[in-house]
Amino acid sequence: MNSLIPLLIAAPLAGAALLLLGGRRLDRSGHWIGVLAAAVSFAFGLVLFFQMLGRPVSQRAVDVKLFSWISVGGFQANAAFQLDQLSIVFVLLITGVGSLIHVYSVGYMAHDERRRRFFGYLNLFLAAMLLLVLADNYLLLYVGWEGVGLASYLLIGFWQHKVSAATAAKKAFIVNRVGDVGLSIAIMLMFTQFGSFTFSQVFAAAPQESRGGLTAIGLLLLLAACGKSAQVPLQSWLGDAMEGPTPVSALIHAATMVTAGVYLITRSNAIFDLAPDARLAVVCVGAVTLLYGAIVGCAKDDIKKALAGSTMSQIGYMVLAAGLGPIGYVFAIMHLVTHGFFKAGLFLGAGSVMHGMNDEVNMRYYGGLRKHLPITFATFGLGYLAIIGFPGLSGYFSKDRIIEAAFAEGGTEGWILGLTALVGAAVTAFYMTRIMLMTFFGERRWQPDGKGELPHPHEAPRVMTLPMIVLAVGSVLAGGLFTINDAFVNWLTPVTGHSEGNSPLSSGTVTLITIVCMVAGIGVSYLVYGRSAVPVNPPVGSALTRAARRDLLQDDINHALLVRPGSALTAALVYFDVKGLDGVVNGVSATIGGLSSRVRRVQNGYVRSYALSMFGGTLVLVATTLLMRSV
Amino acid sequence: MSFLLTATCAVPAVGAVVTAALPAGTTEARRRTSRATALGFSVAALVLAAVIAARFSPDGPRYQLTESYSWIRAFGISFSFGVDGIGAVLVLLTAVLVPLVMLASWHDAAPDSGDSVAGTPAPDGSFENNRRTQGFFALILAVEAMVLVSFLATDLFLFYVFFEAMLIPLYFLIGGFGDRAGGPEQARQRSYAAVKFLLYNLLGGLVMLAAVIGFYVIARDQNQGTFDLQALTRAIADGKLVIDSSAEKALFLGFFFAFAVKAPLWPLHTWLPNAMGESTAGTAVLITAVVDKVGTFAMLRYCLGLFPNASKFFAPGILVLAVIGILYGALLAVGQKDIKRLIAYASISHFGFIIMGIFAMTSQGQSGATLYMVNHGISTALLMLLAGFLISRRGSRLIADFGGVQKVAPVLAGTFLIGGLATLSLPGLAPFVSEFLVLVGTFTRYPALGIIATLGIVLAALYVLVLYQRTMTGPVKASVSGMPDLKARELLVAAPLIALTIALGVYPKPLTDLVNPAVADTLVQVHRTDPAPVHPVAATPGGVTK
Repeated sequence: MNSLIPLLIAAPLAGAALLLLGGRRLDRSGHWIGVLAAAVSFAFGLVLFFQMLGRPVSQRAVDVKLFSWISVGGFQANAAFQLDQLSIVFVLLITGVGSLIHVYSVGYMAHDERRRRFFGYLNLFLAAMLLLVLADNYLLLYVGWEGVGLASYLLIGFWQHKVSAATAAKKAFIVNRVGDVGLSIAIMLMFTQFGSFTFSQVFAAAPQESRGGLTAIGLLLLLAACGKSAQVPLQSWLGDAMEGPTPVSALIHAATMVTAGVYLITRSNAIFDLAPDARLAVVCVGAVTLLYGAIVGCAKDDIKKALAGSTMSQIGYMVLAAGLGPIGYVFAIMHLVTHGFFKAGLFLGAGSVMHGMNDEVNMRYYGGLRKHLPITFATFGLGYLAIIGFPGLSGYFSKDRIIEAAFAEGGTEGWILGLTALVGAAVTAFYMTRIMLMTFFGERRWQPDGKGELPHPHEAPRVMTLPMIVLAVGSVLAGGLFTINDAFVNWLTPVTGHSEGNSPLSSGTVTLITIVCMVAGIGVSYLVYGRSAVPVNPPVGSALTRAARRDLLQDDINHALLVRPGSALTAALVYFDVKGLDGVVNGVSATIGGLSSRVRRVQNGYVRSYALSMFGGTLVLVATTLLMRSV
Repeated sequence: MSFLLTATCAVPAVGAVVTAALPAGTTEARRRTSRATALGFSVAALVLAAVIAARFSPDGPRYQLTESYSWIRAFGISFSFGVDGIGAVLVLLTAVLVPLVMLASWHDAAPDSGDSVAGTPAPDGSFENNRRTQGFFALILAVEAMVLVSFLATDLFLFYVFFEAMLIPLYFLIGGFGDRAGGPEQARQRSYAAVKFLLYNLLGGLVMLAAVIGFYVIARDQNQGTFDLQALTRAIADGKLVIDSSAEKALFLGFFFAFAVKAPLWPLHTWLPNAMGESTAGTAVLITAVVDKVGTFAMLRYCLGLFPNASKFFAPGILVLAVIGILYGALLAVGQKDIKRLIAYASISHFGFIIMGIFAMTSQGQSGATLYMVNHGISTALLMLLAGFLISRRGSRLIADFGGVQKVAPVLAGTFLIGGLATLSLPGLAPFVSEFLVLVGTFTRYPALGIIATLGIVLAALYVLVLYQRTMTGPVKASVSGMPDLKARELLVAAPLIALTIALGVYPKPLTDLVNPAVADTLVQVHRTDPAPVHPVAATPGGVTK
């Protein structure tokens, strides 16, 4: 039955191949082929999950080796998969939420003439992400890792005729490549140190490695994670990635791509457990990003970009938790799954709003939409309550546990991290309430579109609302289900290990403070955006607001530090290559040319015969020298 | 003794003569005959190359299917042929690419394809044009024959002669046939490029000739007066041929200089962008994907095999040049305005990887470098030939003259993107396997160089995606609207290359099985073993413990 594991990947991969090579004759049915491929993969995932459930804990992980991929000397890379408790969680999330997004896209992309290709790319995305989480070694993981990068490139830039979309796609790929350098070097270092980059062998040999070596590997893996998971300092691509169609944003932010970094760190727990310095770097990145994303989320008027800031922030929570080590791994993954539900729901909801509002994304032009989009309002609202951690909903359980874990780190570090996470919770409540109020409440601030018509907001078709409803149910129930008898913790502990840590505060106290923070965030937001009308034109705002609108100047910084010096260097080298290197050569040849110019004039510039005679001369030279020597 | 290797070299040579000797005519039918004839011979060579690969036994001796015919007995020179795993994959690469290059260049030497260097139309106009077609295809076959001899020769002198002789047909290919939109200025540029190509390579060849002679003299003084490669390497291994250290270094440099010009290694690279930019896309592919490989192939076989100590001595310096080349070529590619020159600089970066892998002297480095030669050939052929299709549609090589092509010609854009992704070594495609092997093989011995070289992967993404963005995406430019998508013939060129890129990325084993034993033998020649892991796990080769 383990042969189902390769089929998990094969189904969407075959779907992608069929859709991309099938040509126009599949235009009418292509989207359903895409949905089917995703659904089949989900079904396989469920079968594998229940099989795993039926086995005793010690036998839950299974390996399948397909073939020897690269074999040169001691370098042995296999096309081999490993399905364990951690990867099955990802499999179900990727294929489950992924399938829902596929279904939604049937409606959302109904009027796009390139819909077939869109579904091909979506299938490719799933296949790559599944390969990433199922690989049994880092090199094969790398294939999935970059496959995800490719799929995101194709999807972010799906509307390639828009300059902004093409630029955003390129940016995402290149920023991710910077992270890939980290993954590449990490694999090389593993090979140099252990002679292997297969998970089981690396983890078995890790305890023999020096702390410095493990820290280096850990930091390199963190660099890779920062790229895929949009963590500071490689976060700049995420906001621009909103250029893709909205279902793509849902896919990138919930089921695939940005979760890859969290997976990588959690998967490598055997390394990070032994490298506290690397873990410290991980928590710092997580803490900084969770505030960074939250601040950016507060300032954006574009509903998708506000949600993107939120994703960055929520992934920051997960990275923070993963950096805490065994105290946090499980909760990082738990938050990842619950976040998968509510963030997918929120993005699909945002797509539904845009669908009804002539593709307008500026929330200052929304207002009062709850009556016109009742289903969207309800599902988006449940997602909203889940993400801010409203008691009883999914986010409440997962985020609360991360905050507790942060305190449980102990010492000054624990206090700093815990308080950061609490501030983040308050800010999350603030910006999410802001989104809710600006979109669904207050007065209409609708603006006429290009043709001078006011939008006529209408609820999306069933094929779009159904996935939203399913995701809303997940947003409500998942967290609670996971915490019954600590089911989720117990499930993952064999892979990641788990310890409670020693928190200076009791669990109840932390929960209480978290709720207070949340209420405070909602309250402030209500005072600003609920009590008085939202201005259609954004106020000038403080320096921080202005900076936050520009993503805290990330692009300005990158430009100043990298792009401008890089362009200058390139321009200088182009000049040098033509004038410098070639100049020397041409100078020499001009001298020779001067001498031979008379000869050449005689020969009427027949360069060909000139060359022939030169070659002939060479042959004569050969012959002569040889003869001379043999005499 | 079989005649397989001789036959493989002879088929394209005969083909060149036959194609050139066909009666010229003014009719389209005659042109078709000459092209079909040439294509037929190149396909026959491909069949023979496949037979070589099939009959080669990886477990057998290094050189197989050997043949030898005496030539200049006084100097121990003979027509000796033999194939090893490294030669076998490069023979295959050559034999696969040449028919595709022909198919892609189907109309490049047509009557309307611009002027030759001489630029003198025949009195009746059409007579010479048909000669042009025949000449173009005959020259391609001539290059193929000479390249094949270089890969299969096991006689140093024989190798040298053909290494040099292939400059002649290439010179005419570069100087005589350019893009279809050629004006007088472009003809001048092309002529300059051809002369530059010739002078650079001729200079390299002359230095090598001196070294070849010097080497023979030293060998003869120790009663090893032969040019036979196997006899020479055996004598070196057995200690019967001992070269004084400084003489070995000088001879090594003489050989290496010629190969580094051809490869090309920074800073000897400047002829390549001119040659690739000005010639037709097909010729450019022939240069970078096939001919230049003779340079890196020869480094691996001759420099390391004949001068093991000098190779080790110079390795660090060469590695530094290679790493500079990787980054320099990539940065220059980012700054190019001309599509073909961009691809040329990307190739310079890739040759840096190949040379780095060779001189890292690890099994991963050298097997990776050999695979890199093959994969770079495939991916660059794909990208360059598609660029040629693109350029021929617009009559311009400037990136700025394109924009929004994917909207009007989605198949062209899609295949071009695949070529680009192969060029940036996307995991899952063939070039990734070789690039990663080279990097890891360098890293295990020279970590700092390995890390710096890895930065090249970011730059590769940059120049490929910038090229794609500027030409293919964005609003459709007026000059591009109405551009037709790929035709069947063009698709027939791209499809096998794409299939190979994917197949060899997923399952490179057929190639590594061929290459690994030859690389192992090379490492024995230079007395190098792979660095051992610091904390080895009880590894079962090829298997998973658990």
